[in-house]
Amino acid sequence: MARVGVFVCWCGSNIAKTVDVEKVAQAVSKLPHVVYSTHYKYMCSEPGQSLIKQAIEEHRLNRIVVASCSPRLHEPTFQRCIGEAGLNPYMFEMANIREQCSWVHDDKEAATKKAIDLTAMAVEKVIRNEPLTSKEIPITKRALVIGGGVAGIQAALDIADAGYPVTLVERTPSIGGRMAQYDKTFPTLDCAACILTPKMVDCASHPNINIMTYSEVENVSGFVGNFDVTIRRRARSVDMSKCTGCGVCYEKCPVKVPSEFECGLGQRRAIYVPFPQAVPNVPVIDREKCRKFTEDKCGACQKLCPTGAIDYEQQDELITEKFGAIVVATGFDVWDPSAYGNLGYGRYPDVITSLQFERLINASGPTEGKLVRPSDHKPPKNVVFISCIGSRDEEHGYPYCSKVCCMYNAKHALLLKEKVHDAQAYVFYMDIRANGKGYEEFVRRAIEKYGAVYLRGRVSRVFQVGDKLIVRGADTLAGKPVEIEADMVVLAAAMEAQPDAKEVARKLGISTDEYNWFSEAHPKLRPVEVLTAGVYLAGACQYPKDIPDSVAQASGAASKVVGLFAKPNLLSEPTVAEVDESTCAGCLLCKEVCPFSAIEPKVIYDKAGNPIKTVASVNEGLCHGCGTCVAGCRSASIQLKGYKDAQILAEVDTLAFASEDLTAEVSKA
Amino acid sequence: MKYAYYPGCSLHSTANEYDLSTQAVCKTLGIELEEIPDWNCCGATSAHSLNHELAIALPLRNLAKAEEMGLDIVAPCAACFSRLKHADMVAKTDPERMHTFSEKFGIHYSGKINVYSLLQVISQYSEEEIKSHVKRGLSGLKIAAYYGCLLLRPPKVAAFDDPENPVSMDRILAALGAEVVDWPYKNECCGASLSISKSDIVVKLTRDILSMAKRAGANCISTACPLCQGNLDMRQPDIQRNYGENYEMPIFYFTQLMGLAFGLWEGNLGLKKLMVSPDAVLSEIGTE
Repeated sequence: MARVGVFVCWCGSNIAKTVDVEKVAQAVSKLPHVVYSTHYKYMCSEPGQSLIKQAIEEHRLNRIVVASCSPRLHEPTFQRCIGEAGLNPYMFEMANIREQCSWVHDDKEAATKKAIDLTAMAVEKVIRNEPLTSKEIPITKRALVIGGGVAGIQAALDIADAGYPVTLVERTPSIGGRMAQYDKTFPTLDCAACILTPKMVDCASHPNINIMTYSEVENVSGFVGNFDVTIRRRARSVDMSKCTGCGVCYEKCPVKVPSEFECGLGQRRAIYVPFPQAVPNVPVIDREKCRKFTEDKCGACQKLCPTGAIDYEQQDELITEKFGAIVVATGFDVWDPSAYGNLGYGRYPDVITSLQFERLINASGPTEGKLVRPSDHKPPKNVVFISCIGSRDEEHGYPYCSKVCCMYNAKHALLLKEKVHDAQAYVFYMDIRANGKGYEEFVRRAIEKYGAVYLRGRVSRVFQVGDKLIVRGADTLAGKPVEIEADMVVLAAAMEAQPDAKEVARKLGISTDEYNWFSEAHPKLRPVEVLTAGVYLAGACQYPKDIPDSVAQASGAASKVVGLFAKPNLLSEPTVAEVDESTCAGCLLCKEVCPFSAIEPKVIYDKAGNPIKTVASVNEGLCHGCGTCVAGCRSASIQLKGYKDAQILAEVDTLAFASEDLTAEVSKA
Repeated sequence: MKYAYYPGCSLHSTANEYDLSTQAVCKTLGIELEEIPDWNCCGATSAHSLNHELAIALPLRNLAKAEEMGLDIVAPCAACFSRLKHADMVAKTDPERMHTFSEKFGIHYSGKINVYSLLQVISQYSEEEIKSHVKRGLSGLKIAAYYGCLLLRPPKVAAFDDPENPVSMDRILAALGAEVVDWPYKNECCGASLSISKSDIVVKLTRDILSMAKRAGANCISTACPLCQGNLDMRQPDIQRNYGENYEMPIFYFTQLMGLAFGLWEGNLGLKKLMVSPDAVLSEIGTE
């Protein structure tokens, strides 16, 4: 026998100002099964909760309705409260008479009627509620970090330091990511390598970290606490256990190709380590370029390797492992600015991207840090930096701001002067966006101490005359066109999502925005989580970020993983889909529509072991309780626990009569 | 191929030599041109500076007439081409606006035909096809191909060649055996109709273009727009007066150069109409 208690909250004046709470409590008391109904100033407060507990005991209540705010905030509070009083937490309903009633109406009479409706609906539903229990799910306390840039490195180190094993998967031959390509970092000007390489080495030597470079995640299945991940370790053609990193192989390799790490400004060999501080310091053979693989010739590296580490026969390896959590730190790509035909990128050798400029001023770069023009190897005097190339420009690229360019432009303008003392920097900008600790001061320093000339306006054309690049643009503050005879033009190309971001997102159940950046679960309150439980974001795979932001988010993601692993077990949410196997026809439309791949076919056997039929089966670990399958089921054989058709329909039916009838009954009495 | 030919006002007056040479060269290439009967002015700069409705209505009437002929339009002049293309785009993308034109002006155009610039039509011929008509290669001519600022812009309207680094005219001229210089002012502005209202600007801009062409090693310029040709050709005495620089650089229409290479009768190419005499430069042909 259902014995329902209803508790109407004033929320101070938030509700009571627009809703006659006393009338609500009185009206719903007329509903069948309601044995106790009251109102109180703050239901969520300590005395309010005691009131509920006391009433449960005194009136032997077995179902509770609280009419107050959004369940988003206080449903767990009240569920805990009635749990403490000995009831199952799911014998509870909340009517939202604040956000969906008092806050949005000003007619007190109508609002009171609506509050009665909403509360009566909750009563009708709670009468049909069933006790639900969570299941305990074990957690595999091992984390996977995808992407070995600074974000991935930081996340891996934090998780490993907390005592949990981590596998760090990196697609390229070395960890380090974009940051390894940078020269110095804003606003402190400490060198990127000096602060990054120690972290790379820490990763390599950490007993809890297993680095897998030249490897990619092939497939992910399972759910939070229990992901099954297949990783493809691509054939390196070098035996990592034998290689000592002496470098004879790449010194002697006769094949030279443009280096990806040097952004095409330098060369590497067919067998190579991408940069001297690579971790691991073990080369790979680029099989598309190596003559052994293309023409079956040469073989010099194998002949010369003192430890016999070169292995042309090596095959890709597929490794499947279980992980409890996944941190995605797959980073960004640099947008190709050749879409701006007027700026001559790709046509004139001295029009370069900012990342190429980083390599040209980097001591370990193709020119050993001597800033020279790619065309004639002479140091440039006048250098023009152009902001927002592909950012904030829907016509050519993306509407978003790439966030870091204003700062690295200032940094480049400043470093230019340090490299070539009589050089002059010109920076064309739309707005200077320098909102970070010490950022604005840094830009002022580039302007005031280093004499960078900032011109607010866009560049219309860059063209070559003799050995000069003529940069024509607008100075919108002076209201004049300007023309600069430059030796070098540096384009601050936009940051964009990795070309395969969409595919990675699909593998991991991450949603993406229209530019393929990974979407967080909530833009403000859940910035490192995604909608798939157990998967976290770090760094620029989510949106353009600088190094401090990437590292901060990586530590945030790591702490989420550590928080998950700190629990002995996971409690599953009991409001999941449930199949009535007796009526399920096995059409599996539910499987098609499930956004979380939580439904699998299951064969039912008779006692003799003969298959009778196939039905749908729900993996409770994967099910998020979204209810899509329920809407899709043709025979109503799949129901969502806690939100069954009978419960929902009872609410709908109530709407038709509640406030009218109940108010009439109150006035009769 | 047969096209509805829209010469526009310029080709019937100051750019008569563009008209003559276009007809002569098209005849050689087997392009049949049928002039649109009773065509009217495209409105050019004046209309769209003053009245947006008129700026569409004027070219629209020409489009409707060509549609009646059942032929695609070819327009040699950059401004005519641009205005016709704009009107055609409105017709093909904005049926609501089209409705007002048919209501108000009784112009019925359904967008069944296409508009091409003459350069676009000729650049569809392969290098071999053009070479096959060449009787006298243009070696010795060092040509700067000048497209002007309007012919390829706005790119979404013009929709041919690369607006920032066009190559269609360069390819044609190279097929004629001429040396085509690489230069950065292919699509600079010549000042256009400011020639009438603010001629000092045009004198400066044309001087910049001529000076850049000379610097790139050109001994003549090839154009595809009556206004560009007129400005570059006629402002040279002013440039000499204002800047003391004497270029004496002949400014051809690309069709005149094609006609020369095809060995057509010079009277049909209107070479005598050019202000800067091409004789000295033309005597260089075949010397290298």
